[in-house]
Amino acid sequence: MPLEFEQPILELEARIRELRDYAEAGGVDLSDEIGLLEQKLERLQRETFANLTRWQRVQLARAPGRPTTLDVVERVFDDFIELHGDRAFADDPAIVAGLARFRGRSVVVVGHQKGKTTKENIHRNFGMPHPEGYRKAMRMMDMADRFGFPLISLIDTPGAYPGVSAEERGQAWVIAQSIQRMGRLRVPALAIILGEGGSGGALAIGVGNRVLIMENAWYSVISPESCAAILWRDAAQAEQAAEALRLTAHDLKELGVVDRVVPEPGGGAHRNPEGAMDALAEALAKELAELEPLSPEELLADRYRRFREMGAVEIV
Amino acid sequence: MALDRLFRRRRTRGGGRDVPELWLKCPSCEAQIYKKDLEADLMVCPECGHHFRLGVEERVRQLADEGSFEPTTGAVRPTDPLRFTDTEPYTERLARYQQETGRPDAIYGGTCTVGGVPTLLLAMDYAFAGGSMGSVVGEEIARGAELAAEEGRALVIVAASGGARMQEAALSLMQMAKTTMALDRLWEKRLPYVSILTDPTTGGVTASFAALADVILAEPGALIGFAGPRVIKQTIRQDLPEGFQRSEFLLRHGMLDRVVERRELRATLAHVLRLLHPEGGASDAARV
Repeated sequence: MPLEFEQPILELEARIRELRDYAEAGGVDLSDEIGLLEQKLERLQRETFANLTRWQRVQLARAPGRPTTLDVVERVFDDFIELHGDRAFADDPAIVAGLARFRGRSVVVVGHQKGKTTKENIHRNFGMPHPEGYRKAMRMMDMADRFGFPLISLIDTPGAYPGVSAEERGQAWVIAQSIQRMGRLRVPALAIILGEGGSGGALAIGVGNRVLIMENAWYSVISPESCAAILWRDAAQAEQAAEALRLTAHDLKELGVVDRVVPEPGGGAHRNPEGAMDALAEALAKELAELEPLSPEELLADRYRRFREMGAVEIV
Repeated sequence: MALDRLFRRRRTRGGGRDVPELWLKCPSCEAQIYKKDLEADLMVCPECGHHFRLGVEERVRQLADEGSFEPTTGAVRPTDPLRFTDTEPYTERLARYQQETGRPDAIYGGTCTVGGVPTLLLAMDYAFAGGSMGSVVGEEIARGAELAAEEGRALVIVAASGGARMQEAALSLMQMAKTTMALDRLWEKRLPYVSILTDPTTGGVTASFAALADVILAEPGALIGFAGPRVIKQTIRQDLPEGFQRSEFLLRHGMLDRVVERRELRATLAHVLRLLHPEGGASDAARV
């Protein structure tokens, strides 16, 4: 289902397609008309995306067709092999993990996984991990340290799952442990927010030396809907909450929470996932090249400094 | 019984404006308790054992060795980095909480000894914005861990918090990583960190420094968890099991070391700190 603000763009695209088909079928030359409409389309798309509200960005971050962790693993990395299980209780399909190569070097990849269909989404629990998912992530961090491979994490979750069994098995505890484990990595750690960066469930795999974010992704302490439900006592105020939370890629760059915004192709990553993932691959390569010369001690100190400086306080 | 209730009700009304100051109703068993009695019992209901929420200064008084406490918090003040406004501007909320509590933000603490062990004791203030963690709470905890490491002190944090502070959004979220990573300063020096979970401890506070202590103690009946019960109920659309997310439930599931009644808390804390802290043995012997 297209997003509301995409509607005029899609309509214009459909008209151009119709004209093309008509011209082809009837053998008439409509190239001037088509050219004009294409210019108009280009302008409309540019204007629409230059003026997106924060709430519209949130909708883009959730749009079906956006690249997921498994899509990135397929296109950006080579020789991926998925590894399963937390060695304690279960395998959590909401987090995928494994080994791969990135431009020649071995890396460890961990990421939240949403489904593309309702059925798959139910299987993946809409990308909301249980404690087992974070235990699997920590296992992979151990492996990255043991072999000296960079850890690359891909964030796309509305949040860790708020359920009875998750609480019984220590959801808060594993998130805390995962934050700690990632902070202690002696190898380069890169985190990328692909779509949704929902709270502690996202941060658990977000303690990178560098944190990157896709242009239309969001990252915050709470989803706009939950924030609205608590502060406005009305989930319908999500649009207002999204504005207040300053949760877009550019907001976060300004606040110093992320280091780099990865540009998405015109129309958003869901309309051109390959283009978005290629831009991501370039950004990853640049960041990794900067981190690789650092020693384990330098990487630890760099990560500590990065997070130690977060926040806005006044000292009197 | 009915007479008893009538009697109590009359008494709460009868005294006019002074009465709420003298009598308190237990939220658990609804008994009317004379406030002086409650205070003498460390704010634990003499009828049912319900642990009332404690002010931070009273908490420090109950845990630190007498006369040993020197505050270190207070110099770090909140700002409004997002210019956040919901139904009320964040700056106005902050000003109100500051006026009500007399503190810049939701944390209070300092250096002291506990059972003779040099300690850095921090207590979260639930009365200030639900004890929520924004930049100031994160900064004070990171400073506390760093100072404890520098001075060879144990770190003790009494948690009481609804979680991360929404009005500082992503910056609040980052405090989870900042506080967690600062704890490693103690790790490097083999200094102990004890976390005391009180009612309530949820969200980003549980899911960061509060869950990562060498020893985790909790007061009886405290609500402790990641998601709040209301959110969970909405998600699963079922009633929650009896005692769900209470201290005793967490102990059963292996998330805590001990559930400790308030009147035993100081002794238990001192016991643990003396065993873990390098100076614990010496100070114990010195006392004899």
